[in-house]
Amino acid sequence: MTATLAGTAAEPEVGRARLRKEDARLVTGRTRWTENITVPGMLHLAILRSPHAHARISRVDTSAALREPNVIAAFSGADVAETQGTMACAWPVTEDIVLPIYRPLAVDEVRHVGEPVAVVVARDRASATDALEAIEVDYEPLPVVLGLESALADGAPLVHADAGTNKCYTWVLDSGEAGTGKAVGEAAAAAELTIHRRYVQQRLVPASMEPRSVLVDPTGDEWTIYSATQIPHILRFLLAATTGTPEHKIRVIAPDVGGGFGGKLAVTPEEWIAFAAANRVGKPVKYTESRSESMVSAHHGRDMIQDITLYARRDGTVTGLSVKLLANMGAYLGIVTPGVPILGAFMYNAIYKFPAYRFECTGVFTTTTKTDAYRGAGRPEATYAIERIMDELAAELDLDPLEVRRRNWIRHDEFPFTTVAGLEYDSGNYEAATEKAMQLFGYDTLRAEQAKRRVAGDPVQLGIGVSTYTEMCGLAPSRILGALRYGAGGWESASVRLLPTGKVEVVTGTSPHGQGHVTSWSQIVADQLGVAFDDVEVLHGDTRTSHKGLDTYGSRSLAVGGIALVLACQKVREKARTIAAHLLECAPDDLEFADGAFRVRGTPTSAKTIGECALAVFAAHDLPDGVEPQLDAEATFDPQTFSFPHGTHLCAVDVDTETGAATIRKYVCVDDVGTVVNPLIVEGQVHGGVAQGIAQALYEEAVFDEDGNLVTGSLADYTVPSSADLPEIVSDRTETPATSNPLGVKGVGEAGTIASTPAVVNAIVDALRPSGVTDVPMPCTPERVWRALQTARSGQEVAA
Amino acid sequence: MTRISVTVDGTRYEDDVPSRTLLVHHLREQLGKVGTVVGCDTSNCGACTVLMTDPDGVPRGVKSCTVLAVQADGREVTTIEGLGGDHPVQRAFHERHALQCGYCTPGMVMAAVDLLREQPDPSDAQVREGLEGNLCRCTGYQNIVRAVQQAAAELRGNEAAVTQPVGVSGP
Repeated sequence: MTATLAGTAAEPEVGRARLRKEDARLVTGRTRWTENITVPGMLHLAILRSPHAHARISRVDTSAALREPNVIAAFSGADVAETQGTMACAWPVTEDIVLPIYRPLAVDEVRHVGEPVAVVVARDRASATDALEAIEVDYEPLPVVLGLESALADGAPLVHADAGTNKCYTWVLDSGEAGTGKAVGEAAAAAELTIHRRYVQQRLVPASMEPRSVLVDPTGDEWTIYSATQIPHILRFLLAATTGTPEHKIRVIAPDVGGGFGGKLAVTPEEWIAFAAANRVGKPVKYTESRSESMVSAHHGRDMIQDITLYARRDGTVTGLSVKLLANMGAYLGIVTPGVPILGAFMYNAIYKFPAYRFECTGVFTTTTKTDAYRGAGRPEATYAIERIMDELAAELDLDPLEVRRRNWIRHDEFPFTTVAGLEYDSGNYEAATEKAMQLFGYDTLRAEQAKRRVAGDPVQLGIGVSTYTEMCGLAPSRILGALRYGAGGWESASVRLLPTGKVEVVTGTSPHGQGHVTSWSQIVADQLGVAFDDVEVLHGDTRTSHKGLDTYGSRSLAVGGIALVLACQKVREKARTIAAHLLECAPDDLEFADGAFRVRGTPTSAKTIGECALAVFAAHDLPDGVEPQLDAEATFDPQTFSFPHGTHLCAVDVDTETGAATIRKYVCVDDVGTVVNPLIVEGQVHGGVAQGIAQALYEEAVFDEDGNLVTGSLADYTVPSSADLPEIVSDRTETPATSNPLGVKGVGEAGTIASTPAVVNAIVDALRPSGVTDVPMPCTPERVWRALQTARSGQEVAA
Repeated sequence: MTRISVTVDGTRYEDDVPSRTLLVHHLREQLGKVGTVVGCDTSNCGACTVLMTDPDGVPRGVKSCTVLAVQADGREVTTIEGLGGDHPVQRAFHERHALQCGYCTPGMVMAAVDLLREQPDPSDAQVREGLEGNLCRCTGYQNIVRAVQQAAAELRGNEAAVTQPVGVSGP
């Protein structure tokens, strides 16, 4: 056995467009989706779900189902009421928040269509599904609660009768009271211009392509749980905490996970039900949802009504902002449901310097599928509202939308900047990103074309939309999370182990589900230890190997987990330095480390690679006194602050005023996500993020009928855009490194989604503004665009 | 139960299947071809796309969730696992970063193979139209279009088009 001479790439790995290590198995079908995993003796679970949005369950009889062929067990919520545990909400945002009891299987009442009521465990999936039909349930329908405002009206039917109200909480951030700025009342009193708008964030469905799936194996003296989850560590903790199962007896594995977008930032009733079922029958039990089940029972996102009032001077200076939010919780609280709008609270002030701000959010229960995190979680909603109303201000003052932004944004020489919401933005350069975006877009040329087509009365009008966004990501400093009453911390863990042959095994607490951590983390480690990219293996998503972690969401993995990795590598390097010094018979301080080797200063031929150190440690024949024979290290990183990616997105839309059809003609984005580890992966994240934001602007909406049935309950009705529906995106970057972490990284997972929705809608409204249109509700379907135009035109005629 | 004989990825399988069994479930649960996945129940997502020969023996893309296993009797089916691993489309998906989570990839790759058989030199718009029956939630499709174009060029024998830089999309 010889130590591999460490890779000595002169070119740093960080910044290289490395092709992904993950791809080989994914493009050949050698994948470990949870649904692909079978274990000996495995049974299948099917779930009977409520057809009512709100009803009392007066009787459940599963006895006939038990007589069906191949059926091993059938039971209802009442049968496991004492053992099934409860679902937990980890973010009780206020002291007096209403936290309803949330049982995995409903016991006496159902509160949304699709809520699990009873289950069958059978030899195969078809038998389990067939036997559901033999279960008898008597429901006594109760009144449904659907509208956010009607739910809060006096005498409204109650979702949770014992709460006495449909109000979940009211949370306030007031810059005057918090001491982070002036009182918004002063701004209102002194305003030369007041603009009020109401925006509706329609309900969306995360809809990762892999449905949720869980396999619980109770074989032996432990539980092994495979789950298509973003959060294996949190799942393990919460399952232990809410069912009383010893945590050290639970092993959670997130194998290949096919996308999440926040939809798998969840602990699900289905996981708890599969756990209860496996315990009841003493055999492994697997459950995989159908897409139709997923649409109605996996959590949704957005669904807010935003009343936003902007105060300004006539020179375009914004002086204050007031936001009143109604946020639909749905019927129950998922792990971060109440906190989603609160994440947005810090983002309505966006990149602007105005001194007065008040945010008030009321969470509301309705008899609908619960909401929770969806890509961006609170920040897309906030960014949409402020970027839309900044365009309204520009229109009011007859200024270019970018000029209004220039007059209000934080200049690059004003960082670090403490915002009116109390966050310190460490760095940014909005001027540079905007300048670059304008060049790529051909902004002035397109404005000239727009003017020409307006004068000509072209039936297809050109609209230009602007979105200059920032976001907070890298969730998150534990102290801030604690102050916001979040139930956990925001640190991340990594460990690095040198193997005797000089290969490196890395364990991360992040849990990728498409982001390419194995590739990016390998690049970071290659640079830190001077080893070859191919010599690094990254392990994740199994609590047996990844003992500690807080998983992947909120664009946190690189900005938090990546830094933990750097710190662990530094520890390994310092351990190796001691070994190398001993082997080279010099003092550790006499060594310099470069390209994977320690060299004696002034005697560069006298060198030991880190791989040679690893082999020496493995043999342990000749180690300095008191040095352990291991070249491993673990590190945990807890950031002091968030990171703040930003950028400028520009969108040109052709709007056919006769049909209402809006077609994106050009989309340019320049994002500043700090230091880029892998430009290929960053570009992919931007593309996908922008696509999801465009989807909100143009295509997607979860719709309930008056009885609370989800009308858009399949991918035939809920229109996730296809390749034919989306434009080419021109993406580029500026790089202003974050000063809050040693890599200078910020995060990129959510940026595109946060930025793109207002860029598209601003463009549509811009195209129609000469006709008097000031808003088109999302999604901006041809019908809605056409109706907005007709309404505005008839209003103009009336006014005339 | 119906006796069927289906050749999948070069191997002939004979099985008794219930008449209601979908081809995708037959592939996954009886034949262990779990590379082909299920993403929906309304034939919208295309994740389950495989090639199946038509009565004339021409391999055509089908959504295996909308084909009964009995309908595949006597046909040849090619799944992602039968593509070999170094097919130009597979390689192009890797080289163009045309996948992230990878769940749609088996279906997307098979649909792309089918598309290029019918249209060896498609425009970008034709690629987009041709793949509209396959949903991807991660990539925004742009790199999928690039990958399909790279594979198309390679399959046509045009190496020059294969080696464009990656990482930043120009205007």
